[in-house]
Amino acid sequence: MQAPSTLDSPEAPPAVKSRSFKRAFADVREAWDHRELWGHLGWQDIKQRYRRSVIGPLWITISMGTTALALGLLYSVLFKTEVATFLPYVTVGFIVWNFIVGCVTEGTDVFIANEGLIKHLPAPISVHVMRMVWRQVLFLLHNLVVYGIVLAIFFTSLNHEYRIGESSPLQPGLSWTILLAIPGFVLLAVNAVWVSLLFGVISTRFRDIPPVVNSFINLVFFMTPIVWDAGVLSRVTGGGDGDWRMLIAELNPVYHFVEVVRAPLLGHTVDWHHWAVVGGFTVGGWALAMVILRNYRARVSYWV
Amino acid sequence: MVSIDVWNASVDFPIFDAKSRSLKKLALGKVGGKIGSEGRVPIIEALHDISLSLKDGARVGLVGHNGAGKSTLLRLLAGIYEPTRGQSRIVGKVAPVFDLGVGMDPEISGYENIMIRGLFLGMSRKQMEKRVDDISEFTELGDYLQMPLRTYSTGMRVRLALGVVTSIDPEILLLDEGIGAVDAAFMAKARDRLKDLVKRSGLLVFANHSDETLLDFCDTAIWMDEGRVKMHGGLREVLTEYKGFDPFDRMSTEQLERLGYSSSTVLSGNGGE
Repeated sequence: MQAPSTLDSPEAPPAVKSRSFKRAFADVREAWDHRELWGHLGWQDIKQRYRRSVIGPLWITISMGTTALALGLLYSVLFKTEVATFLPYVTVGFIVWNFIVGCVTEGTDVFIANEGLIKHLPAPISVHVMRMVWRQVLFLLHNLVVYGIVLAIFFTSLNHEYRIGESSPLQPGLSWTILLAIPGFVLLAVNAVWVSLLFGVISTRFRDIPPVVNSFINLVFFMTPIVWDAGVLSRVTGGGDGDWRMLIAELNPVYHFVEVVRAPLLGHTVDWHHWAVVGGFTVGGWALAMVILRNYRARVSYWV
Repeated sequence: MVSIDVWNASVDFPIFDAKSRSLKKLALGKVGGKIGSEGRVPIIEALHDISLSLKDGARVGLVGHNGAGKSTLLRLLAGIYEPTRGQSRIVGKVAPVFDLGVGMDPEISGYENIMIRGLFLGMSRKQMEKRVDDISEFTELGDYLQMPLRTYSTGMRVRLALGVVTSIDPEILLLDEGIGAVDAAFMAKARDRLKDLVKRSGLLVFANHSDETLLDFCDTAIWMDEGRVKMHGGLREVLTEYKGFDPFDRMSTEQLERLGYSSSTVLSGNGGE
């Protein structure tokens, strides 16, 4: 009678606890090590979406281009600002906003949509989040083509000092500071990961969250200075004593995230407080996400 | 050292109906005092108090009725479910072949699917590129690998999945039922490869309903019943208990010979080989 593996009762339980920060960090680290996997899957997602269309991913660029053009023209007329500076402003703002909204709305859905993979292949759950954020980055890169075109057309209006609206501060114009957009965007992407980890886990448990987020996100769009300029807030009140109105923008975290990427791309100065707020959210948000990941990481496969 | 250890592990699934899954219910529930939010969620105990210790070289068959917890156990062993109570420790690279429809994208080519599955199982792109020829030869799919997966038959999908897992040298191989969809000729081929794989320091857990397949691959067995391990021991004894008759009794001499048993040892002997 052979029995190489029987019920010879195993000794003491191992010291590895399922709910520990070690496991939570390991999840994120392993997911990062799997970058070849989510990198491949992210590309696959884009190719997949346009598999049988003739011009393929160019549709991403075209739809962004038409939207930016229409919004830029409309709002520059509404706010009586110059198209040459306002159209690039709206375009860049909208490209960044698209990235944010993509990460947030798809982030709430990230585990629910990957139910099959989660239940059938063992992998760190952060892999699905990174795949989604990577896909959004690729979308953004497609949209940057629009930025390039707009920049080429309006370069002469942006390469010297200018202001967007009458009451807006004077901006120095395009220079090497454009490179600041890179660290700005990296920070934005890093934040996108924790946001979708957090919302993803919560939404998997409470299925009311995705519709709530989807309906509020539109409101956030109108509250954020994207199709309007933050300087407008002080203009409508006629100057100095209207500072409290600036809080409409300042209290909106999305504004700061948009600003650290948008301002360098347009040759605006980035006020240091935007960096501070974004940095604070990065640290605080990741801490919160790690706590959630520690407590509920193992539950996700049960909930989906 | 490859091993799977499970201590008193239970797997309970909370069943959220539409109402209890909403925040509203949870918030309102708090008002009434100690009506626990979790306590009101019905729970299905899929696995109950499982203790197992599987070591290198184990070749375990998994038997039991539908709904006995075989698939859930396989997922526990894969590390997909972490036990709600108790502990589990899995040492080694796990390669599961569960539901063949999942983890494969029907719209992309077989080649791409090989790539993705391999990456999921911890391989790098380069490593997978090296193996593609081998997989295409083994699966005999040839030019079909360029076709989208939706054009594949079930058997062809099984071939693909088996081709991937057997090419990447997994340390722990977990196979659910459904592999039976391939034809006999391919099964014979896969059998050699799987056996070879298990020989090279591996661990196999195989859920299957066919005695012949089990006898071919496994030497021990676990009988699952209502989420518990009802019996764990030598394959022949477990099958005898489970089916109520000795599996060798109803096999033709041909089958026995193919499995490598001579009828005399079976008739005279007890206990497998």
